[in-house]
Amino acid sequence: MRPTAINRLRVLVPVKRCVDYAVKIRVVNGAVDTNVKHSMNPFDEIAVEEAVRLRERMGSKIEAITVLTIGPTKSQETLRTALAMGADTGIHVETKDTDAPEPLGIAKTIAALVKRDKPDIVIMGKQAIDGDQGMTGQMLAGLLEWPQGTQASKVVVRDNDKEVDVTREIDGGSETVRLTLPAIITTDLRLNEPRYASLPNIMKAKKKKIEKVTPESLGVSLTPVIETLGVSEPPKRVGGGKVESVDELVSKLKEAGVV
Amino acid sequence: MLSQYARRSIYSAPRLLRTYATPAGGNHTLLFLEHTNGAVDAASLSALTAAKQLNGKVTALVVGGEEAEVQKVVEEAKKLDGVSNVLYTSSPTYKNLLPEHLTPLVKSSLQSGSYTHLAAAHSTLAKSLLPRIAAQLDVPAVADVTSVTPSNDGATTFTRPIYAGNAIATVKAPASLSPKIFTARATAFPKAAASGSGVEATKVDDTPPVKGTEHIETKISVSDRPDLAVAGRVVSGGRALKDAETFKKVIDPLADVLGAAVGASRAAVDAGYVDNSLQVGQTGKVVAPELYIAVGISGAIQHLAGMKDSKMIVAINKDPDAPIHQVADLGYVADLYEAVPQLTEKLKK
Repeated sequence: MRPTAINRLRVLVPVKRCVDYAVKIRVVNGAVDTNVKHSMNPFDEIAVEEAVRLRERMGSKIEAITVLTIGPTKSQETLRTALAMGADTGIHVETKDTDAPEPLGIAKTIAALVKRDKPDIVIMGKQAIDGDQGMTGQMLAGLLEWPQGTQASKVVVRDNDKEVDVTREIDGGSETVRLTLPAIITTDLRLNEPRYASLPNIMKAKKKKIEKVTPESLGVSLTPVIETLGVSEPPKRVGGGKVESVDELVSKLKEAGVV
Repeated sequence: MLSQYARRSIYSAPRLLRTYATPAGGNHTLLFLEHTNGAVDAASLSALTAAKQLNGKVTALVVGGEEAEVQKVVEEAKKLDGVSNVLYTSSPTYKNLLPEHLTPLVKSSLQSGSYTHLAAAHSTLAKSLLPRIAAQLDVPAVADVTSVTPSNDGATTFTRPIYAGNAIATVKAPASLSPKIFTARATAFPKAAASGSGVEATKVDDTPPVKGTEHIETKISVSDRPDLAVAGRVVSGGRALKDAETFKKVIDPLADVLGAAVGASRAAVDAGYVDNSLQVGQTGKVVAPELYIAVGISGAIQHLAGMKDSKMIVAINKDPDAPIHQVADLGYVADLYEAVPQLTEKLKK
């Protein structure tokens, strides 16, 4: 099916530039204030790490690790971070600052690049911590009609390199599925501990190639179908003060009728 | 110049209405009903309440690997308040409820009626399944909704938490979008009850297995405690519990005396004190019990995302500046190793 030599796998890792997980976000004028620190979506860091670990385990059987991002010019920083972690090349699908693509548009864009570049494994985060949608991986798998291993806590490429065993986090426990490649994997927090990029690797990453693509050239539209009417602050919860002793705690709990 | 093809994809034409698009008769939701051991899941009962708020008909779809079990669920589903029809099927293909195998079934079920909406609980299964279906139908989906409001023109407005629950987005799925696909946050909707009347059930044809995905094994951690996601009381432990043994020794007796479920912060899960499935937070379970007791948990944004809708929050933490005290209704600044056993003893009386 694919033109490259057999037993050499290409890995594609889509990553997203998000508001940093430690930032306490604020709602200003009906929108989230995004003039704050950004970094790579934590789940995507895990995806990049897993791709790099696959190469460390499988050596030359991994032909290439490509990282992909869809976003404004600044998203290139995120690609550089991924390249510094060990990815080989980057693809930047450049969008306008004002664009707010929804998961379906993102999935279609990735699908177009998958059809062009024919990777064997796509590893991506299970959700982005800004939109908290958790849909892009499954949508991509649906568009391509590929098998999907979502919320992966363990990934093992089998000896024949044509299948991958994915252990998934599910409600109440875990489940292992065997997927025939090509396949989509989305990462859970438990999959691995991402590495820090070392300074020499950050320097090397500056020389790695980033290809620029536009959504138009891929024939996709990133205009959302679902309209966002507004963003508001959640109801504020006010701490009810402190108690001084266990007795006081128990009597307050009884008063509230919860015990 | 752009080719004809590129032009069409960029300036995409108005979305084509499908054969099963908006009927004149109002909303009709296909609800993917999940079940465990022959009983409808609590989260699906909440999703049913969400679907009912569309003021239209609700058809429940029950799927499973075993005929007898599916029949039991169908009998329960027929009596649920708000369900106007039940579709069901069973086949070994669906035994492990893999999204790859379920997608063709749900798609063909959608084609069998005029559905305006496809809904499910925001469970791990539905999270894997609904976006896959949505993509194949070329429609977007809305995840983890906390409110559902229909409008007369056929559009539906949803609210959903974003940024770990630190903002609430209001989004509108236009009338032209069909079906409108969403998953409902269980803690945001009350559970639908049984009405006793009983509606009819129709068997639908099963679909052939899809190649490429094979189930190997499932490991479920067994517990006598109430299910974390739906428990009325939750006792959660954090990193301060030191190790798995201490966690068990301190947290379990308090949970027992309250009949509560046990939860944990990510730090406690990562350190291996308890199983992953007990994690409460943005990336774990979202709970909203009557009483949430956070023991040795600082209250990071990601943890608060999973529990701040609890009716009453109690924090036991020796750090008076821990962010958890800012959301707690009752905060007790104390050493948990003294406070928790004392609390357990006093509650026993």
